[in-house]
Amino acid sequence: MDLTLRIWRQPDAESDGDFHVYAVKGISSDMSFLEMLDVLNEQLIESGEEPVEFDSDCREGICGTCGLVINGVPHGPERATATCQLHMRKFSDGETITVEPWRATAFPVQRDLVVERSPLDRIIEAGGYITAPTGAAPDANEIPVPKEAADAAMDAAACIGCGACVAACPNGAAQLFTAAKIAHLNLLPQGQAERYRRTEAMVDTMEEFFGSCTNHGECEEACPKEISIDFIAMMNRDYIRSKFKNRKRLGQKKVG
Amino acid sequence: MSAATRTKLLPGDPQLDKADEGRPAGRSNFLVEFWRSDVGKKWLMAVSGLMLMGFVLFHMVGNLKLYLGAEDVNHYGEFLRELLVPILPRTVALWLFRLGLVAAFAVHIAAAASLTKTNRDARKVPYKSERDYIAANFASRTMRMTGIVIALFLLFHLADLTWGRANPDFVRGDVYCNVYYSFSRPWVAIVYILANLALGIHLYHGGWSLFQSLGWNSPRFNPWRRWFAIGFALVVVVPNISFPISVLTEVIGPCP
Repeated sequence: MDLTLRIWRQPDAESDGDFHVYAVKGISSDMSFLEMLDVLNEQLIESGEEPVEFDSDCREGICGTCGLVINGVPHGPERATATCQLHMRKFSDGETITVEPWRATAFPVQRDLVVERSPLDRIIEAGGYITAPTGAAPDANEIPVPKEAADAAMDAAACIGCGACVAACPNGAAQLFTAAKIAHLNLLPQGQAERYRRTEAMVDTMEEFFGSCTNHGECEEACPKEISIDFIAMMNRDYIRSKFKNRKRLGQKKVG
Repeated sequence: MSAATRTKLLPGDPQLDKADEGRPAGRSNFLVEFWRSDVGKKWLMAVSGLMLMGFVLFHMVGNLKLYLGAEDVNHYGEFLRELLVPILPRTVALWLFRLGLVAAFAVHIAAAASLTKTNRDARKVPYKSERDYIAANFASRTMRMTGIVIALFLLFHLADLTWGRANPDFVRGDVYCNVYYSFSRPWVAIVYILANLALGIHLYHGGWSLFQSLGWNSPRFNPWRRWFAIGFALVVVVPNISFPISVLTEVIGPCP
């Protein structure tokens, strides 16, 4: 396959960037998108140019490190697939492919196609934990978990934190990420102790960085793990409930 | 930081550690708490939207009395003014409803304006290549536009049929003749039909979106949420559009 690539190049976070056009020849249709970029970079290095910077790690769709907006769609045209698992057979010979980094105020471009995504870590820090006893591991199945709850929690926990939901959202909102991270704990018995405090803290932290949800559903379409926007509704419900929960003085005489 | 003045944080922002500064230690009134949060604002938008949906539905049902003739619809107008008499003085119940509606409009519009700013801040640098939206539809992408069209039409509609300033033949209390003379002007009929189409598009997304914002999500009724929005939009808009057409085609006869 011979392809024309329009790739966003930006030397560093402070500089302006623009699209550079490159031609790559002899691409195998069995290559992944990132392997195709590797070929381009070999080509650039040989001709003495700076290679295109992009993030990648596991290249098997489970780490959430890679992420490119390909022809206007985060992670490209294949549904439920991270960029590293996208194969060149999804493109046609002679096609012009446009590649852009995630765009969000909270995800500033560091260089070329690399963005910083640490605000997602801030959301996790705010409440992505449970209180667990120390000591010996509890017996298996000691805590009964309904099968449906376990399944739904597992679906939410499939989130790899790539940030495609933010990239896809017309509002730059991180609701799908936050909702998934909240839901996989809130659905399980082990997550109940912090349920409302977690929801409130994680949503409040999310809102410091990201936009708000207008229920377009673009995030769900872009998500390489097909996480459902049903979890966003669950998060909204728990957030609203958290505002009504006040057990601080339950059963106590009101003093002061 | 207050929600009104907040712009989005960047990763590593020195503000980051002060995110909670200025927030009261305890709980405020839940409505104040909601207004501070984007998720809460969406809840307020959904609730005020539901109130406004209730209004447009009953407004349409009341207007159907146009088909029963001048006496019936004018009698219905008088019924609204005499609602809850003698418990309340004449027109007081009507004014209470009107105050509720004004409040709902104010909350709905203020929240929309505030969230629009939040969402613009969340992606200050837009995508440089063309985005390819998958799930977002025409209705969801044009909520702000259809909302503005409805608000402007509402002002004209009040001037036309409530205050009478935009209707040279206006006679206070004579509902049938006011409607007849107003819609006899073809430009008013066209403006009315276009505004109702905008309302229908707004309801197509809003009537679905409110379920997500309120956290009303269950596999039991999820498939019905879209049908509810479509059905509600049609039930309100089709009869509404029939009124000016009926006047112009003389199905609704001339003023007696």
